Amino acid sequence: MINKFTATALTTLALALPAQAQNFDDPVEFAKQKDMLGAAANGDASTPWLQHYGDVMADTSGFKKDGPHTICFSNAGVNNPWRVVGWNTMQAEVEQHDSIAEFVVTDAEGSDDKQIADIEDLLAGGTCDALIVSPNTTAALTPAVEMACEQLPVIVFDRGVNTDCPVTFIKPVGGYGFGIQSGEFIAANAPEGSDVLMLRILPGVDVLETRYSAAKRILDEAGLNIVGAEFTDGDRAKTKAIVEDYIQRGNQLGAVWMDAGATSVAAIEAFEDMGLDVPIVTGEDQQDFLQKWQEIGMNTIAPTYPTYQWRTPILAALKILDGEAIPGPEWNLPQPAITNDNLADFVNPAMPPLHYAACGCDEMPGYPERWGGK
Amino acid sequence: MMPRLKQMNPVFLVLILLFAAIAILSPYFLQPAGYMNFLKRAAPIAILAVGQLYVINSGGFDLSAGALVTLTVIGSSILLDGDASATWWVIIVMLGAGVIVGVANALVVSWLKVPSIIATLGMMITLSGIALTWSGGAPRGYLPENFRFFGRYLIKDLPLIKILPVAVIVMVVVCAAMWWLMHRTNYGKRLVAMGDNPKAAMLAGVPLTETRIVAFVMSSVSAVIAGILLGGFAGVSTDVGVGLELQAITAAVIGGAQLLGGRGTVGATIAGALVLQAMFTLLNILGFPKPVRDVVQGLILISAVVIAGYRRRRSGG
Amino acid sequence: MKVPKPKNMTALAPFLLLLAAVVIYVGVAIATGQTQYLTAENLLGLLGRSIALGITAIGQTFAILIASIDLSVANLISVSAVLASSIMSGDPSMMLPAVAAVLAVGVVVGLINGLVITQFEVNPLIATLGMALILQGLLSATFNNFAGEVPEAFQVFAYGQVGGISISLIFLIGLTIAAWVFLRFTKPGSNIYSVGGNPDAAKLAGMRTTRVVIMAHVICSVCATIAGLYLASRLRSGAPWIGRDGVYDLESIAVVVIGGTALSGGRGGVWGTLMGVMIFSLIDSIFNIAGVDAFAKQILRGVIIVAAVAVYAMRSRRIEA
Repeated sequence: MINKFTATALTTLALALPAQAQNFDDPVEFAKQKDMLGAAANGDASTPWLQHYGDVMADTSGFKKDGPHTICFSNAGVNNPWRVVGWNTMQAEVEQHDSIAEFVVTDAEGSDDKQIADIEDLLAGGTCDALIVSPNTTAALTPAVEMACEQLPVIVFDRGVNTDCPVTFIKPVGGYGFGIQSGEFIAANAPEGSDVLMLRILPGVDVLETRYSAAKRILDEAGLNIVGAEFTDGDRAKTKAIVEDYIQRGNQLGAVWMDAGATSVAAIEAFEDMGLDVPIVTGEDQQDFLQKWQEIGMNTIAPTYPTYQWRTPILAALKILDGEAIPGPEWNLPQPAITNDNLADFVNPAMPPLHYAACGCDEMPGYPERWGGK
Repeated sequence: MMPRLKQMNPVFLVLILLFAAIAILSPYFLQPAGYMNFLKRAAPIAILAVGQLYVINSGGFDLSAGALVTLTVIGSSILLDGDASATWWVIIVMLGAGVIVGVANALVVSWLKVPSIIATLGMMITLSGIALTWSGGAPRGYLPENFRFFGRYLIKDLPLIKILPVAVIVMVVVCAAMWWLMHRTNYGKRLVAMGDNPKAAMLAGVPLTETRIVAFVMSSVSAVIAGILLGGFAGVSTDVGVGLELQAITAAVIGGAQLLGGRGTVGATIAGALVLQAMFTLLNILGFPKPVRDVVQGLILISAVVIAGYRRRRSGG
Repeated sequence: MKVPKPKNMTALAPFLLLLAAVVIYVGVAIATGQTQYLTAENLLGLLGRSIALGITAIGQTFAILIASIDLSVANLISVSAVLASSIMSGDPSMMLPAVAAVLAVGVVVGLINGLVITQFEVNPLIATLGMALILQGLLSATFNNFAGEVPEAFQVFAYGQVGGISISLIFLIGLTIAAWVFLRFTKPGSNIYSVGGNPDAAKLAGMRTTRVVIMAHVICSVCATIAGLYLASRLRSGAPWIGRDGVYDLESIAVVVIGGTALSGGRGGVWGTLMGVMIFSLIDSIFNIAGVDAFAKQILRGVIIVAAVAVYAMRSRRIEA
């Protein structure tokens, strides 16, 4: 028995060592993304996946190569609906280009360790002309990406890595921008000083961490009372149970902030089922949320993390292999937010509940069936 | 009176104590809305735990139950796609799929002699693969309101208890049926005999394969029913069933079921599920975050087994 | 008393399965015209994909040989990786203390698992599942992200090479040899087979079965912490979810069983386990080369696990009958 308790105490003690987190609350990056949200992007607004902010370009003349090309893609996984929509969009993009002879894809199924091995495999295969990486997590994939950079042009998108060796890193404005859009809406519209519950999918992913830190900064500054920040694992049953729990504890929730919209409807239902008025519940561009929003006439906002960014890496790879300069080392795409004013443009009941409206795929071959629509 | 009290399974006492603590801390749970909501949330896990008890009493495990819950939710949503008129046949199809999964699990164990933990682990991986392939990785379709009725709706304006969630009715009916089969039929006796000592049971004329098939089917069908309730409660998501099989086993063990063949009872298992849910509720009222719930679940799991073993040795059984 | 030794047959069956997997791998590579995957370097790299699983599975073999099982390894791997990288915090002089602390945690966790199982007679599944939940809770209460960083010198464990072969691969093979020597040629090693094969007989023969069970669990836990150290080195840092994301608990059990070690204890060995790991790596690579979709992979993986175990079960029944 003594053994057991000493052991537990030791483990607890050891685990209580100060953790050094990466900096997901960077005021400089926060300000930069806030400026971008207010600025106009370069390029044609009807093809936002080719637009970019600023005018720093990367020279790619050294990568010029005759086609047809083999493009390789190391995917972190298709383990959530956002990635499913993006992955379908990317495949549709690939099919539109005859200059792509082969598109080799590995799927890491959400494991850092496997994605490192996948990238090693792709490099060992030796046939790739360009490598696209969507990293599972930021820190862990950095060594593998650095290794790849030594052999061929690399494009990173969605989540980042801690190195600037890739030709470009494609992403929308960013996680801070997402948090700013939803945070500012709550600060302006929630009753003064009211309780706010923050629901997050999971910890440790930079684009989600920064959404949270930006929104929290704004909510704190606005004097709102953050009663909790909980992880839902993206599960609707858990989300609904958590919201019910907070209501039962007696909190007067003026808003529920969500770092992603897949479970927003479950949070709304928690209020409905308890017979309460639905306060502000933020979401994203998922069809089920947009439809619910329209149906019950909420006052809310849906920032997006547009899935059209899955088109850009393919287009970027082809430009690189043509030796054409592209925005880099960072390529920021516009990041629109859905509000009451433009909600009707995005609602489409023919699409599946977790289809992301800002996919930029409406004109692509195979739409809407390829994305599960009818 | 005293000896009777000593024989009583301590899980019931723990449940009463927990509920008293909850009621003192939050009077909300003394109102019908409070305790009915509590029961509604406990319903899926109670049903799963009783199903799991059949397999545990037979001397095995069913690790595939959680994945079957997910498959039920995702499959129903794809098949229904918002069409309320299809609800009944989809429910029948899903129950049928549950029967097939249960029979397959049992036959792999009986005919191929694969230990049930591996057989159902393989089934778990296969079922989640099927769910992902079928849906393409993201939920498709919608669950119509009449499907969600079972997990979501409350019957209001009743005398005395005021409100009654449909999920609680489902739980009572399903658990009563499973109680009857386990404790009031010959089948239940054969099951316990097989779990105790399969060789002796076979010599005594118990048809092992058939007995095992029924046990696994009970577990799978209960998983489908739990899936219908969970899908109704919150709608479609791709990982609704993750980890539920372990919670179900935990609930059965808290109720005193003995792994690898035992004499767990349906009543104590339901109490075990309620203890688990009450523990989570209590920690929530006290404001503890989820990590603490994991630690507590781990500790009560081990203590429950330790206490059960101690009681068995004391009673010389 | 006669000590049961692993029979030749037990080693042969996983070898045949491995051979079949290799044949399919080569066949698929040729059929799809991707012969670049058939170089010696690539085949060696195959095992390199699964170092963490391999180390964990070697440990799991000890638990299963004594008819026990360990479901806490995945979370222990996370604890170990996070602890190592946060103690090191990029400082090379902290490498030794970090490794020592992590191995000590492994010993302690193994001791607790073993004591709960032997002293309180708790079913191993429940005891280690409880431990898994407790570790999980402690982890997520303390860390919610990548914590700390390992110094470059420590990354040699995962990325270093000696004569063109990676150090981690040499380590895994060395560990397997050490485990094999221990099981095959030492007294405590043969005790593991005796206790796993027939605990009552072992007890009657005057063996201290409790100690053997505890020892096996300590070895299992320490292996898991080494796997955590490897992952911290490979990912440059530890995160509280890496063990769970790799599903190392269930996967390690699956490869041990595919490698021919019986869940009922007393039969099998570490070479079979190593072959089981290779079979898993090959399956993964075959799917990658053939371009099988990730979801369909999972269905096949489930079927393969059951089928492989069924082969053993049928075979051992025939021998006994």
